[in-house]
Parts: sequence; structure tokens; C-alpha cells
Amino acid sequence: MATAVHKVTREEASANPPAESVVVRFAGDSGDGMQLTGGQFTLSTALAGNDLATFPDFPAEIRAPQGTLFGVSAFQINFGSTAVETAGDAPDVLVAMNPAALKVNVEALKPGGLIIADEGEFGERNLAKAKYDANPLEDDSLAKWQVLKLNISQLTLEAVKPFGLGNKEALRCKNMWTLGLALWMFDRKRAPIIDWLKAKFAKAPELAEANIAALNAGHAYGETAELGRMVGQLHVPAAPAEPGLYRTVTGAESIAYGLVAGAQLANVPMFFGGYPITPASAILHFLSRLKEFGVTTFQAEDEIAAVAASIGASYAGQLGVTSSSGPGIALKGEAIGLAIMTELPLVIVNSQRGGPSTGLPTKTEQSDLYQAVYGRNGDAPMPVIAARSPADAFDCAIEACRIATQYMTPVMLLTDGYIANAAEPWKVPDISVYEAFPVTFLEEAPAEGFLPYARDEKLARPWVKPGTPGLLHRIGGIEKKAGTGNIDYSPANHQEMTELRRDKVAGIKVPDQQVELGDASGKLAIVGWGSTFGPIHQAVRRARHRGLDVSHIHIRHIWPMPANLGDLLEKFDQILVPEMNTGQLKTVLRDQFLVDAKPLNKVSGQPFRIAEIEAAIEAALGQA
Amino acid sequence: MNEMTPIKTTLKDWETDQEVRWCPGCGDYAILKAVQRTMPEIGADPAKTVFVSGIGCSSRFPYYMETYGFHTIHGRAPAVATGVKLANPDLDVWIITGDGDALSIGGNHTMHLLRRNLDCQVLLFNNEIYGLTKGQYSPTSREGTRSPSTPFGSVDHPAKPCAFALGSGARFIARGIDVHKKLPEVLKAAHAHKGAAFIEIFQNCIVYNDDVFAPFTAKPNAAANQLWVEHGEPLLFDGGAKGLAMDTERLTLKVVDVADDDWQAAGVIRHDQTNRGLAHMLVEMPHVGFPVALGVIYDDPAPTFDSAVVEQNRAASEGKVADLQKLLSKGQTWMVDKQPRAE
Repeated sequence: MATAVHKVTREEASANPPAESVVVRFAGDSGDGMQLTGGQFTLSTALAGNDLATFPDFPAEIRAPQGTLFGVSAFQINFGSTAVETAGDAPDVLVAMNPAALKVNVEALKPGGLIIADEGEFGERNLAKAKYDANPLEDDSLAKWQVLKLNISQLTLEAVKPFGLGNKEALRCKNMWTLGLALWMFDRKRAPIIDWLKAKFAKAPELAEANIAALNAGHAYGETAELGRMVGQLHVPAAPAEPGLYRTVTGAESIAYGLVAGAQLANVPMFFGGYPITPASAILHFLSRLKEFGVTTFQAEDEIAAVAASIGASYAGQLGVTSSSGPGIALKGEAIGLAIMTELPLVIVNSQRGGPSTGLPTKTEQSDLYQAVYGRNGDAPMPVIAARSPADAFDCAIEACRIATQYMTPVMLLTDGYIANAAEPWKVPDISVYEAFPVTFLEEAPAEGFLPYARDEKLARPWVKPGTPGLLHRIGGIEKKAGTGNIDYSPANHQEMTELRRDKVAGIKVPDQQVELGDASGKLAIVGWGSTFGPIHQAVRRARHRGLDVSHIHIRHIWPMPANLGDLLEKFDQILVPEMNTGQLKTVLRDQFLVDAKPLNKVSGQPFRIAEIEAAIEAALGQA
Repeated sequence: MNEMTPIKTTLKDWETDQEVRWCPGCGDYAILKAVQRTMPEIGADPAKTVFVSGIGCSSRFPYYMETYGFHTIHGRAPAVATGVKLANPDLDVWIITGDGDALSIGGNHTMHLLRRNLDCQVLLFNNEIYGLTKGQYSPTSREGTRSPSTPFGSVDHPAKPCAFALGSGARFIARGIDVHKKLPEVLKAAHAHKGAAFIEIFQNCIVYNDDVFAPFTAKPNAAANQLWVEHGEPLLFDGGAKGLAMDTERLTLKVVDVADDDWQAAGVIRHDQTNRGLAHMLVEMPHVGFPVALGVIYDDPAPTFDSAVVEQNRAASEGKVADLQKLLSKGQTWMVDKQPRAE
């Protein structure tokens, strides 16, 4: 809690960001509908042509006790007229629907930033639940920010009065009132949200009307009320973007679409085995609606059955896919080993969350890299790909399908809770430009005879569908004899097969590593992977603007790594690896290339802030 | 099983070139022969047949069948088989498992396979012991079983495979004995049943649990202790000298003596394989004082999981075109038509 008594100066107030980029955080009780409000605000922002990034931050409890600090649910959006790659470090505007939401979020607000608080919720009980001794709206504790107190509860009740709702239902429209005000503040159109409300409440038109009335009332309030000079309409012009058709997409959606696209490009039906787990379930939800694309979804009895059934489907000639988060991936480990041993295609999506054990189910982390690369018994090499953003996850999913089917191997696709839930504008890809990689099932014995473990030039074995006459064979998890696939424990054969499995995966062709920003040699390389892309990129951009010699390298292919990566890293004096773990990629880089990679770690369940990486860059280059 | 065109094969067509690696005298040999003998009789097609197994002595089975085969991991055969069958419902899927594999490490999968009613045959080789790991007691071992891990005797109550299967919702329950000549008949009935067919096969482990079933399988004990049930026939055993009647006060079965072949006078009831309540009573009969019910105990088909999935996939796709480009462009979209301005 801010205690310093400090009146906002004119300079601080005007230091509010220019209309180029604005960060807004909506925060309330987990029952206040903040994720919905944020989602709809995101949509209207995307439709206005701004680039944007979002960060939904919600509690693990479905309905935490009302008004408590741990029940606060927040949704942050950063939008602007230039490229936006992170959800923003510090909000410019905080909408606080109750004292707890204020308390949890206010410290992140920029000095001079705007607080919009529903004073109707700042009664004694709620203040006590938020552990406030005094009402912060009525003392000087918020002096370094601008505070706009509105009795949103009361205003909402009045707006929806004509619809005869009960008090509880009427108050549920508060989020739409708030959204209406936010739409006015940033000059957003209401029409798409009104359409959405009508569709959402198609079966209860009176609820649709009440919500629309609240939305309009919030908007009208902004237009007509005397809000003081601190709040004025702010128009953020559209961001420059490649011409084309755009939509918003979350990581979970783009992975689902990418898997469908991958299966189509491979020309095989997809079988998706899943088990509910946060934050991975959304992929199962999306795919289960896409049956016309040849997708069979199977909600299994547990994580093990989900992967085992997917392996069975792959054996029978479909592309098996399974998805989970860290704890579920741990359960799948033995079966993934079976897919490695039997050399069947399989895609495993890991939406990482904070660990170990149950950890932080709704918070983001990148701490499953070791698990992905090393986490199985035996020498069990497996390709690993990491998506950097919701939009990038589409291409990564296709790449995972390509490698799985072309090399007859399981592939792990790493994403995380941040990517899975966050939305960003996405230029709808033109599917016709993607190169197809149709699979060829072996349908008759070659002239030299059929061997289930014969090798092609990529060291992949043939894929044979049961049901094919003349190619009957048995596979399993016991060591296979090279070629025949019969059981063989002999020392020389195990040596040969272990090396074959290693060489097959090591030989997977992956694109050369590019430098995202900056030169291909120099004083400092910031090497990242996954969802840290945004903050790293912005931090490097800012540092380079100030003349610092720093480059950004972002690795998609975690295993096998790009062939040129070692040489590239050698060309930098220093290597710094920011990760949301305690240094896992750093260790792999050191192991693979004997380079002095240094860690920059954050495991708070929150994404990196640009400023944190900027500070590390400055420290490394002696600028601090 | 599926409706398929019968294929002409002989027993030899179902044998592989692999050396069978069970202990000499193991009951598994007899089961393998019974299965290989059954396949030509049901007109099965080797190319369309898949044997899926877990881990344990029994699970080596697929290597010895000239069909498609998948020797998976411990306990997971039902899950792998589910994927196989859903991916290609035309395949005839057989699951080979044991008491530890199906009821201990894989108990969860066995339960869900049966409740979903996946169309397949589940052959559970019950030897009441962990053979492959050298003789520890298993979830079906009798109380007091002495083993390397229970030198003073096991203290936990055993699971009853058929009762477990019925409780899980299975629609076909049968029992057989490894070396008994009626095993192929049981297998045929299982294959003829559309849906999950669960067969418990009493299998003698000659090394670690020899003769554990001798009280009812040994020749001198067989007649007095085996009751081979047949649909519509009276529940008689011991050469017709004894039968099962309803104890209507306690709502259980009781053993009655039959004089002069007049089983009706003795109150012996007829077997009805569609009667789930009777099936429960037959598989729950105590070891002592009762015979062991064998043969097809319960057979009452219900819609299968795989056909329901196929039907839902079909219905949900009906009239829809799989246009990915259209799917990606769905929802609220906007056009950007200007070139980006130079930064």
C-alpha cells in the first residue's frame, strides 16, 4: 500500500503515455466478470485496428470467497498504434471493482496513472476483507495516482431498473457498465459488444437488454458527466500492420487450429486424447467441435490413458495427439517412451504452468524444459519445439505434426499458461501457401522383403496400418532387433538401436537460427525461448535505441537445436538467458555448446517485465 | 467383434516364427493353442486382427500370434486398444492381460474400457501371482498367500475379476480354465458378442503358484466343483447330483442335492445369461461349499463406445465442409488494407 503523501504534479499527470500505447487493467472479484470484460474490450480494441497483447491473471479457485485478496481476478491489455509484444509492464489505468482488487493491483500502476474505483463496494466489510484499516479512497494513500470514485454499483442498479431484475442479477451488469465507460474513454465502438450480448443471452432477452442498458449507461456517463480533467477521451490510432484479414486468437485456439492444419497437410485424420487440466483443457474444447475435419476427440479416464489411446490411434494410422500441463506430462512419461521405442508419430502439447507438483495451476512458468528434453527413463531422445506467442503457436503446431509424421517420432510442443490464455491480433494465414507433407503408408512388401524397422534416408521406419494384408508384424516396448523388430536384448543390438534412435532425432532438419533483432555478433546476446519473446524483444529494441550493442536470439527448436546455433553464440562476448525458471535453457546451452551462458530468472508466476530485462542488459554492459 | 466376411485359415496360419518363451508347463501355452484353434473357426482375418497386451507373462502373447500386435506398457493395454479401435473400428481387437496388469496397475483402464463398452475381447489370465517379477502376491491372491513380498502371508482381501468387471458395467462375463477343452467355446461366444467381452481364464503358474486352482481344476475335483453354465439349462454340477437354487430368504444362491435327476423338484434354477442379478450371484459364490461358475455367465449386448463415437462424428460433420481457411477466418475479423507505414 502506498503510504507516501504525494500530490500528483502536472508533469507526472502528463507523463501518462501518449496515445501510442496504453495499458489498462480490469480487476475485480472472481465473480465480477473481469475476464469477460477484458475479453470484450480486447475484441473492440482489435476491431479498432490497434495492435495488442493481453494478460489474464485469475485465481485457481473457481469462485473464491467474495471480496478476498486471493479471489481477485484481473485482465490486463496493452494496446497501441505501434507493434505491441507484451501485455505491458505497468498499467496506465486500473479499474478496481472492490477494495481487494485495488489492494492487489495498485502498486503496479504507473505513478500518475488513473484509478477508477467502484466506491459502492468500499464498505466496511469489504475494506476489512481486503485488510484495509481505513478507506483508501478517502485518505491520502492514493495520492500518487489520480482517483476517479464512481458508485458503479448504484449507477448500474439505476440503469437496469426498468428490467425488473433482482438485486443480485442487476449487480451482475456492473462489468458491462464499466466496459461501457472504458469504451468511451478509448473511443471504441459498442456495436460488436451489443451483438455479442444479444447472442450470449439469446435465450434470456431481458438479460441481454439489461446488460446493453448498463453498457450504454456507462458509455453515456463518460460522455456527459463531469469527470474532471483527468479523464478524457483518448483515441489510439490503428497500428501499422501487414495488409490482410485479421482476427484475435488465443494460444489454445491457434494450437487447435495448427494441429488441424498439420493433420490436413499430413493427409491423415487426427485423434486427440486429453484429460482435463488447467491451462491445457481449452485445446480439447476447441478440437471437440471440429469433427468435420476428421478429428476424433477422446476425453480419457486419466492422463496416461489419454496418451496411450493416442499412441494406439497412431499405430492404427491416425495422427495421435495429446495435451496436458506439467503434472499430466509427468504421468505420460512412460507412454511417451513407448512411442519413442515403437517409433510412432505422436504430438504432445505441454501448456506449462508453475510447478513442481500442483504448483500454480493458473500462473505461467517455463520450468518444464528439462522435463521435455530429458524427462524419461532410458536414452529417450525426442524433438521439442517451443511457441513464442499465440499466433506463433499455429506454425509450431504444424511443425510438430510435420516432424512427428516424417520422422516417426513423438514431438513435444511447449507452450505456457500465458500463451494459452492471452489473445493477440493474428493475420489469418493463407493455408494454401503451406507446403504439404503427406504421409505414405507402406501398403505392400518391398521386393527385398518387409522389415517393420527398416530405415529410410531420414532413419524413419515405415508406417504400416493394421488391416494391411501381407505386412503383419508385432511392435512393443521391449528392445527391438534392428530391421525385424523382433525382441532382442543382445548387447550389440541395444547399442545399435540406442544410437539409431539418437541419430534419427539428432538428424532432424530444423531451420538455421536467425537473429531476431540486432547483429549476428557483438557484445551481448539475449537468448530466449517461448513466451518471453515479447519482453525480451522490447527490451532489446529499447536498449539498441540507446546505442547498446545487444541482439535478441529466440530459439524455437529446443531439441534438436539449429545446426548453426553453436557458431552463432560463439560470436557474442556475453550470453544472457532470461527464463521463467531457474536456468534450464541456460544449462542446455552450456552443455551443448560449452558457452558461458548466464541466467536471468523469474519464477513469480508473472511474465517478465520489459524493464527487468532492460536493467539486466544495462548491468551486463556496464551501463547500470 | 465386427461383422466381417469369414476368412478360411488353419491353426498354422496363426502361428509366428517366434520362439515361445514361457516356462515349460505354463498354462499360457494351452491358452495360446486355444486361441489359435478358435481363430479359424470364427473365420477371423489375420490382417484385420490386432492383439494388444500390457506387461507380464501373459502379455508376451501378441508375439506368438500371426496377426498385428502391440505389446504395450504395464496396465495400459485397454487404453491403447481404445485408440486402435476408435481409429479403425473395422479391426478385431483382442486384449491380453493378467491379474496384476488388469486389476492392479491398470485397474482404472480396465474399469473404463468395460463401462464404455468398447467392442473387443479382454482375456484376463488370472494366476493369482506376479510371475514375471518372480512371485510376489497379486491383487487376486487369496488372503495369507506367502510370497517374497509377503513372507508372513498377505493380509489384504483379493479382488474378484468377474465381480469387478460386472461392477464396472461389463455386458459380457465369462470364465474358462487354461487347459479345459471348453475354452475355445467360451472364446467363440466372447467374439460373437458385440461390445467388451470379459473373460477370466484361470491359468496355472507352474513356478510360483502351482496348483492354486487345483481344488476345482484337478481331475478328481473337477466334476464336484466346476459348474459350466449354459443359457436356458439348469445350474447343475457334480454329474447332475447337485444344483443351485435360490435361497429366497437371503436372496443368494444355495447348493441343493438333486435326487433321481429331478432338478425341478430340488428347486434348481435355469441359467439366464441376460440376468445381471444372477450373474452377480454366480461370480460372488464363496470358494468353500460352492462350485466355481464357468462358461458364459452373462451376455447382454448394449450399444458400443466405438459405434457411438463413429455415429456422433458422422452426425456432427453432416452437411459441414471441412474448409480450414473458412474456419480460421471465422468470428469477428477486420481488414487491414494499407501498407505499413515506414518506422
